[in-house]
Order: sequence, then structure tokens, then C-alpha cells
Amino acid sequence: MSADQEFAIRARNLTKAFGSLVAVDHLNLDVPKSRIYGFLGPNGSGKSTTIRMLCGLLTPTEGTATVLGIDVPGDVDELKPRIGYMTQKFSLYTDLTTRENLEFIADIYTLSRAVRKQRIEELLEQYDLGAQQRQFAGTMSGGQKQRLALACAVLHKPELLLLDEPTSAVDPSSRRDFWAKLFRLADAGTTILVSTHYMDEAERCHRLAILDKGVKVADGTPGDLQANTGMTIVEVLASSPYSAQGLLSRLPEVASVTQLGVRLRVLVPESVRQPLDLIQAALHAGDISAETNIVAASLEDVFVAVTQKNTLQEHTT
Amino acid sequence: MISARRLVAVMRKEVRQLRRDRISLGMIIGIPIGQMLLFGYAINTDVRHLNAAVADQAGTHLARQFIAELEQTQIVDIRLEVATPKQLEDLLRVGRISVGIYLPPDFDRRAIDPQRPAAHLLVDGADPTILGVANQLTNMPFGFDSSASSPRTRSLEVRPYYNPERRTAVNIVPGLIGIILTFTMMLFTAVAIVREREQGNLELLINTPVSSLELMVGKIVPYVVIGLLQLGLIVTVGWLLFKVPIRGSIADLYIASFFFIAANLALGLFISSVARTQFQAMQITIFILLPSILLSGFMFPFEGMPAFAQYLGEILPTTHFIRLTRGIMLRDAALFEMRGELLALSVFTVIAMSAAVKRFTRRLD
Ligand SMILES: Nc1ncnc2c1ncn2[C@@H]1O[C@H](COP(=O)(O)OP(=O)(O)OP(=O)(O)O)[C@@H](O)[C@H]1O
Ligand SMILES: [Mg+2]
Repeated sequence: MSADQEFAIRARNLTKAFGSLVAVDHLNLDVPKSRIYGFLGPNGSGKSTTIRMLCGLLTPTEGTATVLGIDVPGDVDELKPRIGYMTQKFSLYTDLTTRENLEFIADIYTLSRAVRKQRIEELLEQYDLGAQQRQFAGTMSGGQKQRLALACAVLHKPELLLLDEPTSAVDPSSRRDFWAKLFRLADAGTTILVSTHYMDEAERCHRLAILDKGVKVADGTPGDLQANTGMTIVEVLASSPYSAQGLLSRLPEVASVTQLGVRLRVLVPESVRQPLDLIQAALHAGDISAETNIVAASLEDVFVAVTQKNTLQEHTT
Repeated sequence: MISARRLVAVMRKEVRQLRRDRISLGMIIGIPIGQMLLFGYAINTDVRHLNAAVADQAGTHLARQFIAELEQTQIVDIRLEVATPKQLEDLLRVGRISVGIYLPPDFDRRAIDPQRPAAHLLVDGADPTILGVANQLTNMPFGFDSSASSPRTRSLEVRPYYNPERRTAVNIVPGLIGIILTFTMMLFTAVAIVREREQGNLELLINTPVSSLELMVGKIVPYVVIGLLQLGLIVTVGWLLFKVPIRGSIADLYIASFFFIAANLALGLFISSVARTQFQAMQITIFILLPSILLSGFMFPFEGMPAFAQYLGEILPTTHFIRLTRGIMLRDAALFEMRGELLALSVFTVIAMSAAVKRFTRRLD
């Protein structure tokens, strides 16, 4: 298989600068077909900007991308019918009803009348919007709006779906339903690029890239990322977690300390031998008794580890 | 390439949205009727009943006769009698009166002396209309020469064609069609695309196969229909309330309006492609509306304007349209005779529309 057939998106050195701010910095990306690819990153890390460049809405300052075999920037008109885009902000018409919005989008993609009718009934049912079909989109709840937006994005059965934080207004159980739908679409052959802030969502992706300040700091499958953090994760159950945190974060060997309820998660680079002894000694010196355990890395630890590294590198250069 | 399906979809969406926007819907009917009543009744260049005061220091029979004749012209209403010209000046300054009439003590003697004016008119010269009317008063024949049997006759007499009763509404209404259509058509379309941009719809739309041209044309077609409905409304109200005639052909009027509406919608779309917010779009609309009112020949005779203003006026679609409506409605001119104006409107439309489509990129940067 040639690379184009294997990957829905390939980006090389994709860069976007707004004035002096580099929103996306030399990003390389390979998104395999029929997979869910996650974009994990904090606010302002360049997720939306990347997605906009990939669908031709923004012109890259530097670099190129091939999306579904079409060069971007280039003749994106050919690309438009083949992709579905769900914007971060709700972008359907608030003064049209659910059904009217779906009809409008169907007409824009010139679905035939018969297909249009059948598709809309199908989607109203699948996305549980039957009861809202005559309700104005503007008056719907956040979760309903998001279901409608996804329904509109998949209406024309695109090969590639670009979803920009599709679940930001959705409760956990609806989020599960939402992801179930994404898996169904991926199984049917759709490639999905989805941006998110949520670790639990990132964990469900087949592959993901972690963005920080426009730079891709890590990518791979969630399992690979968790296995290769380069850090030992020590869970500390201390008598006084707050003072323990203060104490540990002052240690030069410790990369980061995060409090999770009564527990602390301490990241120590793998180069440090005997991390448990190190931590116990420090706590003991501070007169804090604690239980320490080495645990497996969660995606959150991965995130903390790689963004920390990125910040450190920035400070040294 | 334009897809009919997409074009109809955009049009239908636009109509649905408009139907639910009660305020805009109200404006479509409210603006023409409101403006018609306002302009039709308030604007009156045929000035009458100016507030006046008189300082009669002569107090003679002849003086009283002169004042009575002045009042009979109905141009002035004498509200006050004061003692001195100084008092007239004061009243003028505070705005109580527009015209002061001063008859000096030797009025009778002056009246028979052709070298010296018998009375003085003190006029608020800041308002050129009032000044014009005052000049009219000085031409008033006054039979003070008791020995002469025939009153003085003026050597020139004006015979107003097309509007013999000299009613302002007859001239105002055809122009007002132009102003109202300019305002509503330009405003609706100027806001049309900016609104989608502001509300975020555009980011979704430009990611679909809909082309700029489909989007633009789909958005303006409903407003062409609305513009033509407004035209019917204005003409009907003008006829019912102000007896404004349509001497030419109604079909011609509609054809001319179609060209004009297209020009305004294209201009509106261009504004929409330049402005980033609805507020900016409205500001630009007003910025173009003002010269359309002032330089189009609507308020002031076109020929009387300085050359520079005339050039500017020629660029405005309203100028050409007002010539067309006045020609068709008042002078029974045939559209064919005024094809130059139609050509001007067409050229304007093509330029504005191309500029709008060109400026409207399906990108965010
Ligand atoms: N049109 C623009 N002009 C100037 N700066 C911009 C523009 N769009 C984005 N930025 C900047 O680029 C950076 C990346 O923005 P982007 O919207 O891509 O972030 P994001 O990862 O999507 O964040 P969020 O999670 O908050 O949606 C931010 O610092 C933002 O301020
Ligand atoms: Mg974003």
C-alpha cells in the first residue's frame, strides 16, 4: 500500500503564525485511515488552528499537508464534499429547527431527495433527536446541539471527520454514547480526527498526538505513550499531603508533583535510581510519614511528563 | 458552476430566517410607510406660515395696509408686534421668529420713492430656504402708488410643468423610493454575510461545497422580491396620501427598480465582505446612505451642485434611479429614452458584485 492509501492525513512541518505568535509549530502528522486519532492539548495549544489548516480554512505559514490525497493548501474544493467538519463553537443556524438544519445541509451537499429523506430519518433516530426535530436549534441543550452538529457533519457520509472538541458540553454518560457513535463510524471506514481536553477521551483513541504551545510533544497509541513516559510514577499516601507536596516539589530530581485527593502522584525521571528511597528519605527528613508505591503511568501522567519536558526545553534554550 | 439545488437551499434558508425575525420583517413594511409619512408631510420646500414679528414705527394707514397684504400671502404669520428693530433682532436670534418686518417712521414717504426701500425684512439668513422665500416677498407687487390704476406686473412669470400645484410630495416621493430602497436593500444584505460570520455559521458553510457565488446570489434573490414589494407599497401610499401620479408605465417603473435593487444588493454584499462585524456593516451603510440622500438630486437639484459633488453623485446608484423614477412617474418618459441610466446601474452592479465575490474568500485568514 502506498502512503496515500494508508494515511488519511499526512502533514509535514505544518506551521501557522499569527504575527509573532506561532500557533502551530512545524507539526508532523500521520493519521491512518479508519482510525480515531486524538488531539490532546490544553487551551491555546493549536488544536483548532491545525484542524482549520487541514480543511483549507487557514493557509499554513509553512509546510504542507496531504488530506485524502489532496494537497492542502491547494484545490480544496475537491476536498470539501469528502470531509465533515464539526466546529468547536456551535455553527448551525439557531433560528432553524433541527430538521430544517439537516435539510439545509443535505441540500448543500446535493443529496437526492430520496436519499435526503432516508438519511435524515436515519440520523434523527440514531442521534436521538426525533423529539427535537421541530425545536429551534438555538433552544436545545448543549448535548442536543452537539448531537445535531455531529449528525450534520456525517450527513453526507464523509471519508474524513474533523471534530473540534465535540464533547465539551456533554455529560459523562452522553459522552460515552457519543464515543460509541464515533467507534461505529470508524468501523464503517471513516477516519476521525478529534480534539479534546479530556484524558478519558484521549485514552479511547486509536492513536493520539499531544500538543503543547503549538508543538507536538508526543504521539503514538495510548498504550505506547503510557509505557514510554521516561518517568517513574510514584504514588504517595502521606499524613499531610499538602506539606508533602511542598517538600517533594523542591527536590531537584522530581519532575512534577500532582495532588489527587489524598494521594500525590510524583513523577521522577527513570534516570533516577531508587526513587522510592529518595522520596521516603525526603519525607522522613520533613517528619512526614508516608506510604509510597510505584504505579503504572496514566495518560494524565504522560501529559504532565511531556508538557513539563517541553517547558523545560523552552527555558534552557 | 452554480447548482440549482444549493441555490434554492440558501434562498429557502434565508426566507425561513427572515420569516422568524419579526423586527426585520416589520422594518420591511415599517421603513417605507414611516419614511413616506415623515418625508411626505415634513419636507416641504414650498415654504409657508413662517413666524414673523413686525415693528411698525410709522403707524399710518398705508403701513397697516402693507402689513395686511403681507399676511395675505400666507408666507408669513405675524405673531408679535414690537416697538423697535432691536427687539426684532432679539427675537430672530433666540429663534422665536424667522422673519422680522421693520417699517421705519418715514414709511409713507419712502413708499413713493423708488430709490429707497420702504420697509426692511430681517431674515434668518442661515436657512437658505427662508432666504429664498424672503426674496420672493420683495417681489411682491404692492399697490402703494394710489395714482396708478394698474398694479405693477412682473416681467417674468414661471409656469411650473409636471407639478402645476407645486406640491413638494410630487417631487419627493419618486426620490424617496430611491432612498428607502437604498436603505433597506443595502442594510439587509450588508448584514447578511457578516451575521453568519459573527455567529460562526460561516466557518461551517465554507467547509461545504457551497460556492461564493451560490451563497451570494442565494442570499440576494429573496431581497429582490422584497424590494419590489416595497416599491409597490411606496407607490400605493404615495398615490393614496399625496396623489403622486405615475404618468409613465408601471412596468417601466418595475424594470428600473429591478436594476436599482440589484445594484444596491450587490453593494450591500460588498459591504458584507469588507465589514467584520454587523456594527461595522451598519456604519458603512450609513456612510453610503448619507451621500445618497444629499448628492443624488433627492434633496438639492443635481445641476446646482459643485462639479466635484456631481461626480460623486454620478457614482451613486440612487442618483441614476431618481432620474429614472422622476422621469417615469412625473414626466411620462419611456425607459428606452433613459437607457443611459439603466446602463450606469448595470455597470455598477457588475463591478460591485464581482468585487464582493472576489473579496469573499472561503478562508478564515
Ligand atoms: N485568528 C487568530 N489570530 C490571532 N491569533 C490566533 C488566531 N486564531 C488562534 N490564535 C491563537 O493561536 C493559538 C492557538 O489557538 P487554537 O484555537 O488553535 O487553540 P486550541 O488548541 O484550539 O485551544 P482551545 O482548547 O482553547 O480551543 C492561541 O494562542 C490563539 O490565541
Ligand atoms: Mg480550539
